[in-house]
Amino acid sequence: MQYLAKHYKKALVLTLPFLLAACGDDDTREVIVEVEVPAEIPDPVPVSYDVTVTNLTNGQPVSPPAVVLHSEGTLWEVGAVASVELERIAEVGDSADFLMLGDASAGGVGPITPGDSQTISVTIDDITDANLTIAAMLGNTNDAFTGINSWSLANLEVGATYTTVSPAYDAGTEANTESAATVPGPAANGEGFSPSRDDTGFISMHPGVVSSDDGLSTSALTVEHKFDNPVIRIQITRTE
Amino acid sequence: MKRFNKISAAALLAFASQQSFAADITVEIQNLTHGLYFTPIAAVAHTADASLFEVGEAASTELQMMAEGGSLDGIATIGSAIGADVIANPAGGLLAPTMSTSADLMTADDNVVLSVVAMILPSNDGFIGLDNWEIPTEAGTYTVFINAYDAGTEANDELRGSGEPGMAGMPVPPPLDPLLGNGGTGVAGADTNTTVHIHRGNIGDDSLTEGASDVDNAVHRWLNPVAKVTVTVR
Repeated sequence: MQYLAKHYKKALVLTLPFLLAACGDDDTREVIVEVEVPAEIPDPVPVSYDVTVTNLTNGQPVSPPAVVLHSEGTLWEVGAVASVELERIAEVGDSADFLMLGDASAGGVGPITPGDSQTISVTIDDITDANLTIAAMLGNTNDAFTGINSWSLANLEVGATYTTVSPAYDAGTEANTESAATVPGPAANGEGFSPSRDDTGFISMHPGVVSSDDGLSTSALTVEHKFDNPVIRIQITRTE
Repeated sequence: MKRFNKISAAALLAFASQQSFAADITVEIQNLTHGLYFTPIAAVAHTADASLFEVGEAASTELQMMAEGGSLDGIATIGSAIGADVIANPAGGLLAPTMSTSADLMTADDNVVLSVVAMILPSNDGFIGLDNWEIPTEAGTYTVFINAYDAGTEANDELRGSGEPGMAGMPVPPPLDPLLGNGGTGVAGADTNTTVHIHRGNIGDDSLTEGASDVDNAVHRWLNPVAKVTVTVR
């Protein structure tokens, strides 16, 4: 936390022999002058991570993951009300607002198709004990998302990798009708984000999609879009 | 000589791990599901040789009472028989989706493992289960994610019915009443696996007036895990 230290310090104490010609005698007076000069600001030390997300599902595109580093609290958790920023991810895969929430962040580029992986690099200066939060939508759903919630990076040394898997969560902001009008993914190309909320109101585990093949006649989804937990694998490597 | 020392150390550790300690703990249970309710929860600290349920073994009558109707009477009977320390019904009724409840417990010296059970609604004989989880002796906060089990004692017909053990159908308390359908024809007959096993999940249907099930397939399905148990050891 050096960068938070006072940037100025009493750096120089000058002792100046000073001859006062105006004086009648030959006394030499010493005058002490204190000046403040800027202390050297250390160059920021970048702390970087590669986050690789692998889509484990059969037919659910994973939206470009939002990778956010932050100091405290949670950006989402089961039992909490979803923020509008999270709702935008869970209902349409738009992470732009969510990426503004932390101290440093990076977003994926394009959806991750089933079986595919994407690596996202994120860098924060000087801080080695940030918390990592990830969120990404399962595209062929109403408001399913996956990710991790405020995982501490404090014990991840340079070169070390942490691997975990994540289940599907439900943002609780949109009823799981699975209708063509409300699922934005390629299975239906329906509406994405809607500011109105018509579901439980709380983030929960996702119950899974039913699909028309499994008894929800109005569903735009088929057995191809069903999933079970976990839905993604996450590998986090500290690179510097 | 060195090897002998190592063996002694291992033996001491083994001895130490079997030591029993009274513990001062808090047990928090969170319902992680989107649409299921939990009936009154029992969190039971007991000896390692006792057990409320075992996968692959037939449910006791007492467990059946809990899994089919949400009654903790049988669990309380087992609890006193085995000298357990019991938290009963910390939520004071049903625990709604995503809600949490917690209670403190002082455990006796020999009660070194924790089991947690509660029926899940709507279901015929589904329950959340934590089975003989060893209570850590080191102070700290520990998290366990737990799954939904099927007691194996009742057909999963998914129809409105009774919570009495041995009687068909699901009990339907007030918060679930307006959410469930009527007039289903019945989803499934008696379980193939009549021992305690991982629940296959609800099937449900999309009709409130007909179809096979009285359960709503867009609301009352689930994927594991269904509950989070957080134990704080002081």
